[in-house]
Amino acid sequence: MATKGVILIGGPSKAPKPLLPIGGKPMIWHPLAALARIPELTEVFIVGFYEDALMTDFIRGAKREFPKLSISYLREYRSLGTAGGLYHFRDSLLPNLGMLFVLNADICSSFPLAELMDMHQKHRGVGTMMGVTVPKETATRYGCIVHDPASAQVLHYVEKPEKWISSLINGGVYLFDKSFFDEVKAAMDTKEKHAAEDPFGERDDILRLEQDVLVPLAAGRKLFVYESKDFWRQIKRAGSAVPASALYLNHFTKTNPKLLTAPSKEGGGPTIIAPVYIDPSAEVDPSAKIGPNVSLGANVVVAPGARVRDAIIMEGTTIDKHACVQNSIVGKHCKIGPWGRVDGAPEDPMDTKNNLNITILATEVTVAKETCIVLPNKTLNRSAHDQVLL
Amino acid sequence: MVAVLKETEEQFGINITFSVETEPLGTAGPLALARDILGKDDTPFFVLNSDVTCTYPFEQFRDFHVAHGCEGSIMVTKVAEPSAFGVVVTKPGSSIIDRFVEKPVEFVGNRINAGIYMFNPSVLDRIELRPTSIEKEIFPAVSADHQLHAYDLQGFWMDVGQPKDYLSGTCLYLSHLTATRSPLLTDPSQNKWVYGGNVMVDPTAEVDPTALIGPNVVIGPGAKIGPGVRLQRCVVMNNANVRDHAWIMSSIIGWNSTVGRWCRVENITVLGDDVSIKDELYVNGASVLPHKSVSIWPADLVCRTQGS
Repeated sequence: MATKGVILIGGPSKAPKPLLPIGGKPMIWHPLAALARIPELTEVFIVGFYEDALMTDFIRGAKREFPKLSISYLREYRSLGTAGGLYHFRDSLLPNLGMLFVLNADICSSFPLAELMDMHQKHRGVGTMMGVTVPKETATRYGCIVHDPASAQVLHYVEKPEKWISSLINGGVYLFDKSFFDEVKAAMDTKEKHAAEDPFGERDDILRLEQDVLVPLAAGRKLFVYESKDFWRQIKRAGSAVPASALYLNHFTKTNPKLLTAPSKEGGGPTIIAPVYIDPSAEVDPSAKIGPNVSLGANVVVAPGARVRDAIIMEGTTIDKHACVQNSIVGKHCKIGPWGRVDGAPEDPMDTKNNLNITILATEVTVAKETCIVLPNKTLNRSAHDQVLL
Repeated sequence: MVAVLKETEEQFGINITFSVETEPLGTAGPLALARDILGKDDTPFFVLNSDVTCTYPFEQFRDFHVAHGCEGSIMVTKVAEPSAFGVVVTKPGSSIIDRFVEKPVEFVGNRINAGIYMFNPSVLDRIELRPTSIEKEIFPAVSADHQLHAYDLQGFWMDVGQPKDYLSGTCLYLSHLTATRSPLLTDPSQNKWVYGGNVMVDPTAEVDPTALIGPNVVIGPGAKIGPGVRLQRCVVMNNANVRDHAWIMSSIIGWNSTVGRWCRVENITVLGDDVSIKDELYVNGASVLPHKSVSIWPADLVCRTQGS
C-alpha cells in the first residue's frame, strides 16, 4: 500500500499563479518539498486546470531535484471543484493507495506532514486535517473547526460562517484514507439526490471538498484535526506573496540556511540583511543594500547604490543606480530607472481587514529615471515608458 | 535672530539695529517705533518687506528717489493678473501716484506694490505709534499731497511668503545669478556633480562627488550631501544632512534636519528645524514641524501636522 500526495493548484483566476516565486522558490515547490520528506511517499500528482505547458518546466526541474518522486500533472479541462477533481482522477490515484495527502498550493506553511501522519495513524477516522489558530476577528474568513480537544475529533465544520464559531480554522492540508473516495461518491450521490428533488435549483457538476465533503465527514465523526502551532498564511492575492515570502525565508534560516544568501561580512559583497534569497545568476553591486525579506530571481541586476527590501524581484529585472524598491513585487524583465522608486506599504499587524498595500508591477514594466510608483493594490499589466504612473 | 544679525553685520561691515515690536504694529507702526533711529538726520531710508525677492536695484531706486525730490517712492512690478493685488495707478505721463485700487475688478493697470519703498524722514510725522497700515493709511495720505512716486522694477519679482512661492522665487533668483554670471553660483565645469546649473552651494557644505545636484538648488553652510543623492529644485538649509541615495525635489529641508538614506521627498515638502526622516521613507507634500522624527509610512499622511 502506497502513500501518495496531491497538490491542488486550481486554475486561472485572480489568485496568484502556482509558479510565483515565494521565498525564492515557486509557490508550489514548498508543498512538493514537504511531500518529498515523507520517506514512503513516491508519487505526487499536481491537480489543476492550467495549461500543461505552464507546468512542464517546473515538473522537469522538480524531478531532477527530488529524484525519488514520480510527479505528474493531472489537468482538469473544466472546474470540477476540489473534491470533484480528485474523484475525476480516481483511476490515477486509487491503484495500490494507502493514504493520500492533499495539499492546497495557495497556502504558506511549514507543512508538518509527519506530525499529521502520526496523529492520523492513532485514530480510526477517514481523514485528518491540519488546523491552525487565527485571530478571532479574522476566523470567519476561513473554514472553521469545532473540535473535542481531548480526542481531536472534529465535531462541526462550517465554511466561512457569518458569526464567529471557532478560531481553529482549516489550514488546507489533509491526509485521507482510501475510503475518502467512498465519502466523495456518497457526497456526489447526496448532491444529485438534492438536485432531483429540487428541479428548479441550480445545477452544476462542482463538488467542493470543504462544503460538500468535509461537512458530512465532520457530522459523521470521521474527521480529526491536527493543530499546527507553526506559521501559516493564505496566499489568496498576489500581494500576500510578499509577507508569505518573508515567512518562508525566516523558516529557511532555521531549516535550510544553505538556500539563503549569507549576511554580509566585513569588506566585500553587498550589504545583506537576512533573510535574503539571491539566485546564483543574479548580479548585485557591492554598494547595494538588500533585505530583509527579499528574493531576487535569475539574472536580476541590482546596480550601485540601489536598495531592495521586503520584495520579490522576478527574473531578468534590472534595478538601476540609487533606486529603491520596497513592499513590492516586480515581475519579469522590468526596468527600474536610476533613482526610481517602487513603494508599497508594510503589512499592518493590527489591521484585521486583510488590507495589503503591496505594489505589483507585471512583466516588462519600465519605471523611468527618477519616477516613483506608490500604487497599493494595483497591478500594472501593460508596459509603460517615460511616464509617472498613478 | 540676534546671532544671525551679528554675523551679517560682520559679513557686510554694517551696523544693524534690531527694533522689536512688543505688540504687532502693522506695516507702518514699526517705522514710528524706530523714529529716533530713522529720523536722526535728513537722509532718506529704504523700507523692505523681507518676504519678497527681486534683483534689488537699490542704487537706481535711490537715484530715482533723490531726483524727484518728493517724500516717498514705491517700487512697483508688473503682474499678469492684477486682480489679486493692490494696483498702483500713476498720473498720465508721470511717475506721481494718483491712487491705489485694491483687488480691481476692472482693469486699471497691472503695476502692483512690490513691497520696497524709500522715504524722506518727514514721512514719520504722518505715522502714529499704534497699529497702522502703510498701504491703507499712509500711502493714500502721501499721494493725496502728490508726494509719492512709483519706480518701475525691471526683471523678476516674487512674493515668497508661501513654500511653493519660496521655491519659485529661489529659481527666479538663481536664474538671475546665472544671467549675471554671479560668482556666488557653483561652477559646473569645476564640479561634475552639478547638473543643469542654477546651483548655489555654500563653500562650507560637503557634497559627495557621486551626488547629482540641480537644476535650481541652494545648499546652505555646513550641510552634508551624501553619496548618490539626487537634488532638484530645492533648498537645503544650514547644517542639514541628506544621506546616501536620497532623492529630493521641490522641497525645503530645514536647518539641522536629516533626510535618511533612500528617502524620497517631493511635492512642496517642508521640513522645519531639526527634523529627522528615517531611512527609506517616502515623504510627499508634508509639512513637518521642528524637532519631529518621522518614521512611519505613509509619511504624507502622518505628518500633515502643519502649524501656523
